[in-house]
Amino acid sequence: MKVLGIAILVAALAVAAVPVHAQVSDGVIKIGVLNDQSSLYADLAGQGSVVAARMAVEDFGADKKGMKVEIVSADHQNKPDVGSSIARQWLDVDKVDVIVDVPNSGVALALNQIVREKGKALLISGAATADLTGKACSPNTIHWTYDTWALANGTGNAIVKTGGDTWFFLTADYAFGHALERDTEAVVVKAGGKVLGKVRHPLNTQDFSSFLLQAQASKAKIIGLANAGGDTTNAIKQAAEFGVVKGGQNLAGLLVFITDVHALGLDKAQGLIMTETFYWDMNDKARAFAKKFAERDRQIHPTMIHAGVYSATLHYLKAVEALKSDDGTKVIAKMKEMPTDDPLFGKGTIRADGRKVHPAYLFEVKKPSESKGPWDYYKLRSTIPAEQAFRPIDQGDCPLVKK
Amino acid sequence: MGQLLIGLINGAFYAMLSLGLAVIFGLLNIINFAHGAQYMLGAFVAYFALQWAGLGYWWSLLLAPIAVGLFGIVLERTMLKRLYHLDHLYGLLLTFGIALIVQGVFRHEYGSSGLPYGIPSQLSGGYNLGFMFLPTYRAWVIVFSLAVCLATWYVIERTRLGSSLRAATENPALVQAFGINVPRMITLTYGFGVALAALAGVLAAPIYQVNPLMGADLIIVVFAVVVIGGLGSIMGSIVTGFALGVVEGFTKFFYPEASNTVIFVIMAVVLLVRPSGLFGRSTRAR
Repeated sequence: MKVLGIAILVAALAVAAVPVHAQVSDGVIKIGVLNDQSSLYADLAGQGSVVAARMAVEDFGADKKGMKVEIVSADHQNKPDVGSSIARQWLDVDKVDVIVDVPNSGVALALNQIVREKGKALLISGAATADLTGKACSPNTIHWTYDTWALANGTGNAIVKTGGDTWFFLTADYAFGHALERDTEAVVVKAGGKVLGKVRHPLNTQDFSSFLLQAQASKAKIIGLANAGGDTTNAIKQAAEFGVVKGGQNLAGLLVFITDVHALGLDKAQGLIMTETFYWDMNDKARAFAKKFAERDRQIHPTMIHAGVYSATLHYLKAVEALKSDDGTKVIAKMKEMPTDDPLFGKGTIRADGRKVHPAYLFEVKKPSESKGPWDYYKLRSTIPAEQAFRPIDQGDCPLVKK
Repeated sequence: MGQLLIGLINGAFYAMLSLGLAVIFGLLNIINFAHGAQYMLGAFVAYFALQWAGLGYWWSLLLAPIAVGLFGIVLERTMLKRLYHLDHLYGLLLTFGIALIVQGVFRHEYGSSGLPYGIPSQLSGGYNLGFMFLPTYRAWVIVFSLAVCLATWYVIERTRLGSSLRAATENPALVQAFGINVPRMITLTYGFGVALAALAGVLAAPIYQVNPLMGADLIIVVFAVVVIGGLGSIMGSIVTGFALGVVEGFTKFFYPEASNTVIFVIMAVVLLVRPSGLFGRSTRAR
């Protein structure tokens, strides 16, 4: 507090003319990684996101630049109330300047509000709901890696185009599933398809047989899985057991991560089509990152969420350096102003509504015979250029965007 | 009709797990919170047997209960036996702690997404029953677990061994006087209850992922089943296990959003109306 007081005093005395003085609060930039560390989303984000943030701090060279950066992390257990109270503690007492990752759209939406009230910064990589840059958009939030609109647009479109025009949704019953179902349904209907039914299952469901039976009875050509992590892997595994594909229906995993494919094994996952914004085997820089990452996270190869945490943290530190301040609202504004450039996503931009923009990729899971070994799982079907990958800025109803 | 069958299949898991709990509680007076972890261990033993020793599903059905049962026996000998004269709460806390440690270690080592385990080739495929597609493996689960449940019930309620077991819990001193080694019998009973959990774990491995958290997700529901059926009642836990599987199955059809909560709602109602459970013996003072 004392240091902060002195800093403010100095800044006040130094009146205009002089460029902004060092205003990093209490001399430390504190990054809080908040995500699911113990349950169904722990492999696709979890400790891996902490590793990714740490790598970003190292690659940024904070030490050499004389910037003191600290990383803290916590488990929100997929509960918005738990996540909110950790965030309040972090922002009010522990002087955390920026919160990153936050998978689980329910928690992310709750934090979006809190961080805005407190004028801090929120960098979302794990959460999916496109509302974060839509009606819930905030001057303190950047949505980095992907969103439900992008997934629907990529995977949904590709499947309708190849003849999958009748759908049945298995939807995780919370903010994320609802958003993904809504956005995919819009794509399907727009492309001339029809939604024959949907069923909402509780988050973290073990047994999908009852829901699969309903999906089979609907006779829809495509069973869309609007869920993630362990829910998706269980649904896919049990769909194979119940002969869904043999019965002439196909599965569409609307959000599938490489860790899910690894858990399923290629014989169960082969042929799945999915949209992602990062794959570790895309280019040399991504491979180098993946190699270092895997050594530090139980050989798990980075998901796009991990890559997003790395990239967002790196850009955040660059903005703090340029601004010489860690004031949340100002840093987010600076981040939007500066073009982004990092080894994993290449060059990109951040829009006024907080949407980070980069290309998305449509991948297909390899057959076991095509794979050279563990983690060699995807082949590229097509690239969706950055300007088409995300919802056009004027269609999101974000109050920050001037009409 | 299809939903009824699906419900019975899930009920089979509830029945096997709650049976193990009921046996342990009924005969040892210990609330075994490590049951979920032991179920998970069963699935992991099956996974390891396949990965390291190339032993398939059928071997695992035999090996996993023995291995995990031995683990249970060690637990009972070294720790649990010190707690019999204390309140239930201590046994509950100890086993809960063990469950957290075991789950934590496995989660740290194997992550949370789980490991793949296939259905044995003899049981893959399925039958088209007209109203639904029934995977062979699920049919096997239902038949096998029903057989195990009934056999357990028969041994405990209808044989001489079972009657001495039950007698030992009522009055250990007297039974000991008849020349029966009560502590050894209690140890073996705990081992047996744990082995049942491991067996359920092996049965579950091909359906769900082999996942460090699989037990934690299930154990709370299973406890609700035991409470509804009446703590310590063998037949009660079998019948309620299957029945609640069916109730849950129908909820998934008519109002899926509530499928996680329905069992607890029933539990609350049962506790209000019949505090000792549907099949519990209310006269038994514990």
